[in-house]
Amino acid sequence: MTEAIVATARWQSCAIVEVATRTPAIKSFFLRLSEPFDYTAGQHVDVRLTAPNGYNVMRSYSIASAPSDSKVIELAIERLSDGEVSPFFHDVAQAGDTIELRGPLGGHFLWPRPANKPVLLIGAGSGVAPLMAMIRHRKASGEPVPVALLLSSRTWGDVLFRDELLGLERSLPDFALALALTREPAMRRTDFSRRIDCRMVADVAGRLPSFPGCALVCGSNAFADIAADAALALGLEAGAIKTERYGA
Amino acid sequence: MVTRGFTGRQSGSEPSHRIPPGQHLVDNFPVLTAGPTPRIEPADWTFTLKVGPRPVKEWSWSEFNSLPRTKMTRDIHCVTSWSKFNTAWEGVAVDDILADAGLSAPTPFALAHCYDGYSTNVPLADLAMGKAMVALKYEGQPLPRDHGGPARLLVPHLYFWKSAKWVNGLQFTERDEAGFWELRGYHMYGDPWNEQRYTND
Ligand SMILES: Cc1cc2nc3c(=O)[nH]c(=O)nc-3n(C[C@H](O)[C@H](O)[C@H](O)COP(=O)(O)OP(=O)(O)OC[C@H]3O[C@@H](n4cnc5c(N)ncnc54)[C@H](O)[C@@H]3O)c2cc1C
Repeated sequence: MTEAIVATARWQSCAIVEVATRTPAIKSFFLRLSEPFDYTAGQHVDVRLTAPNGYNVMRSYSIASAPSDSKVIELAIERLSDGEVSPFFHDVAQAGDTIELRGPLGGHFLWPRPANKPVLLIGAGSGVAPLMAMIRHRKASGEPVPVALLLSSRTWGDVLFRDELLGLERSLPDFALALALTREPAMRRTDFSRRIDCRMVADVAGRLPSFPGCALVCGSNAFADIAADAALALGLEAGAIKTERYGA
Repeated sequence: MVTRGFTGRQSGSEPSHRIPPGQHLVDNFPVLTAGPTPRIEPADWTFTLKVGPRPVKEWSWSEFNSLPRTKMTRDIHCVTSWSKFNTAWEGVAVDDILADAGLSAPTPFALAHCYDGYSTNVPLADLAMGKAMVALKYEGQPLPRDHGGPARLLVPHLYFWKSAKWVNGLQFTERDEAGFWELRGYHMYGDPWNEQRYTND
């Protein structure tokens, strides 16, 4: 399973073909790969920005699109107001610009293969990006794997991919969606109006037809710790719980 | 390739010769861990030295803590592109671990093993001669759990994934055997000054 990942990930220049505002703080950037690659849902790319004097910076972004549409990849980038790279994407980058990236990277936080047991996905904020790639992959591939997503966001308006997720909840068999809103009361009976905790994770896992084979957790370090501990409390083995931590 | 409209922070009062290519400086200490954060009580902690499959010596927490102590203040560099200056560590130098086990230069390579099943490979030359330690304290305090407490390997001159958290043993090997991340696309050696991030870099 790891061989594909070991292939050299070369830098390539990619055109931004579209920018979509997803939430007040998150925009999606659709990039056309000049050298398309195969990837597994969950992987990320490294993006490199270079100033005229040669100064350059690099950041990692999860691929949010499904592997099946891999000529154009979607990155969902949250604006951190005091950050260096994310404000550039939000305030400066436009369709038609060229961005350097390389990928696919990351050989751990991956959609399980074979996917033969229910999958529990837990994300916060922009951390739903790699989980969205998994859900979209699940839809495109038709794999009959039950999936539950617990997604924490500040408000209803901050829920990344909200309308698509609500639509999938209706149309995709064996897909359960639970939103946890931390700064606003929930509007749906199946959602929560608090920060994530063990009880909530157990409730959402209980919406799967049988006990999950793995949990994939993505968000800030503090969030990932709470979610991973809740998955342990549920009875999952530590090795069946994977976390992707967006740094601080 | 110049990115249209990008100038970057470049606030650079800090001497940039201390920042390897592609890295940027942070003041905080980001945490990147692939699974749940292990909980290991010092009373349950052991450290095992092996040569190949053969265990040579095992230390309990109190035995390990009575070995000679070393302090190091170093710049560290994470493959996800952040660097942090002047991090202060205290622990037991790999040289002193080897000496306590009565070994000098067992084999040219080693794998560090960890409580969470993680492993990483480092050549002996990068562990010995005061280059690396098993760190027990960070900034004068017991190592926090999310930074690898109670003990982590510290190989500060290589990308920081080589400084394996929750370390519980060193295994010396004849060949350079890939560890967990090295099997998953990361570089076998990981020199930040040569940007050895991924397998074929
Ligand atoms: C595998 C992986 C996948 C990721 N995927 C995504 C994704 O899909 N979407 C997404 O939005 N993000 C993702 N991230 C996070 C992303 O890589 C960046 O960290 C994020 O966009 C912030 O970058 P920035 O340059 O805007 O902020 P930075 O300049 O890196 O600053 C980050 C934070 O640190 C603080 N800070 C800045 N400078 C300093 C300093 N000198 N000292 C101390 N603190 C400082 C700032 O307050 C800011 O809040 C991912 C990270 C990883 C590791």
